[in-house]
Amino acid sequence: MKIFTPRSAPYLFIAPALILLFLFSLLPIVIALVISFTDMDLAGLTDYSNIRFVGFDNYADILRDASFVKAIGNTLFYVVFGVPFVILFSLSVALLINFGKSRVFDVFRAAFYMPSVTNVVAVAVVWSYLYNPSLGLFNTILNAVGLPGVRWLQDPVIAKISLIILALWRAIGLNMLIFLAAIKGIPKTYYEAAQLDGAGTWKQIRYITVPLLKFAIFFVTVTTLIGWLQFFEEPFVMTDGGPLEGTMSVALFVYKNGFQFSEFGYAAAGSFILFFAIIVLTLLQFKLQRHED
Amino acid sequence: MGVMTTRQKAMQWLAGILLAVGGFLMVLPFLWMILSSFKPETEFARFPPTLWPETFTLGNFVELFGRMNFGVYLRNTLIIVFFSFIGMFFNAMAGFGFAKYRFRGRDPLFYLVLATLMIPGQVTMIPVYLILNKMGLTNTMTGIILPSLVGAFAIFLFRQFMSTIPDELLEAMRLDGAGEFRIFLQIALPVSASVLAVQGILTFIAGWNSFIWPLIIANDENLYTLSVGLQLLKGQYGSNYGLQMAGSSFMVVPILIVFLIFQRYIMDNYTISGIK
Repeated sequence: MKIFTPRSAPYLFIAPALILLFLFSLLPIVIALVISFTDMDLAGLTDYSNIRFVGFDNYADILRDASFVKAIGNTLFYVVFGVPFVILFSLSVALLINFGKSRVFDVFRAAFYMPSVTNVVAVAVVWSYLYNPSLGLFNTILNAVGLPGVRWLQDPVIAKISLIILALWRAIGLNMLIFLAAIKGIPKTYYEAAQLDGAGTWKQIRYITVPLLKFAIFFVTVTTLIGWLQFFEEPFVMTDGGPLEGTMSVALFVYKNGFQFSEFGYAAAGSFILFFAIIVLTLLQFKLQRHED
Repeated sequence: MGVMTTRQKAMQWLAGILLAVGGFLMVLPFLWMILSSFKPETEFARFPPTLWPETFTLGNFVELFGRMNFGVYLRNTLIIVFFSFIGMFFNAMAGFGFAKYRFRGRDPLFYLVLATLMIPGQVTMIPVYLILNKMGLTNTMTGIILPSLVGAFAIFLFRQFMSTIPDELLEAMRLDGAGEFRIFLQIALPVSASVLAVQGILTFIAGWNSFIWPLIIANDENLYTLSVGLQLLKGQYGSNYGLQMAGSSFMVVPILIVFLIFQRYIMDNYTISGIK
């Protein structure tokens, strides 16, 4: 192995990963930007001479596209309800698990994490069955206690909520672990001092744990927000954006226009609007965070 | 910590009960899935539905591998898992390169790697497809594997961990005449066993679950993975819940077993990555 000389070695070590990252992460950004200003479609894919430069037409058209505007509205719905619930649930579960002293709590931790490692298609198949209006478990339970069944995936608004519940179920585990790691990093002496001052459990959580978790909460908020803005897999596999585009997200709109209608230029423009929104909202979060400090 | 007071004990019980109820709701879909996968098709029309199968059958699983092509899907999924481990090896190599050498362009290149973490998948999806199409790799296994082979976050973790390897150790190997690649294999990798374990599990899970690239790139059913096959099953046999639950169980249960065996490593990952 004499090609690995001390001089060439670092370049050879990083080359495979860097070439792949360049080809499949960095170069695509440039290509996406370029084709978002063209009318590239299936005809353009087979023969590049069919591609025309159209300036900002795609951007102007897409912002007037009723489906896209609807997708933006749905995505905002997902963000507004999804982000707070993910944080609230994963933080509460983390606090409860950390509070427990028995080994049983390790079992609970595993139970809450389990949905995070499972495949989205398998999960969607199972949840479609759970949500089935006549045969599903949820409506069976509701009927058993005398309540009417819910049209889980058949009503445009309820379908959004149903997808949020499913995504929440999948998202709690990972964020709970992040919070648990952060809670474990808080020095014990803080709590001992508070106990000497006579502070109860609730006061300790309110005045020590939560304030010291500020960075973890910020981190989870930013990553969860980005995740909901890109919400894709659940509506794609469960509802395909329906009923009546009620669950269509911006990310799903981009996918459908790109891969089902082969409007590559149009879809690329949509993806850049999404990218732009992600950058703006993330920077805004950082600004707010700094403002608080 | 002294002896718990009655009040503290009661609070422990309260926390335990809350988590037990929540935890049960979390695993309920899995229980429902596994139990349903053993029910014969006739039992699904029963009202109210049975939780525990009245007649146990393996018929759904037999059908998956007989009438459906789940054997082929399983083979393809395992091929992807195998290659994603090669991808992990590339990540480890890159992490080592960035951690233990000084070379021109190191810092800008590393920042470029980190920058890729911020790029949303929806933006790169279409261009990656166009690139693969240009390379003639659509509808090939290579095309399915390449786009997600390496990842910036894993490179970052390997770099962080391998930075702690003392330079003297590497120098001593060099004086003994060892080549750079042998140093990587015999020192850097064994020392990083804990990161390798975590990354190995996450790599397995990601490879086994891979869905979107096989879906976009594979036109031929011979290239479908388990998740793409399951999606197809959902579309074609929408009302055949026994078959669907068996397919889902076949995808989910191996992952749950891997997870339960190695959960300690996954949980520790979050202390390694140092989020505070």
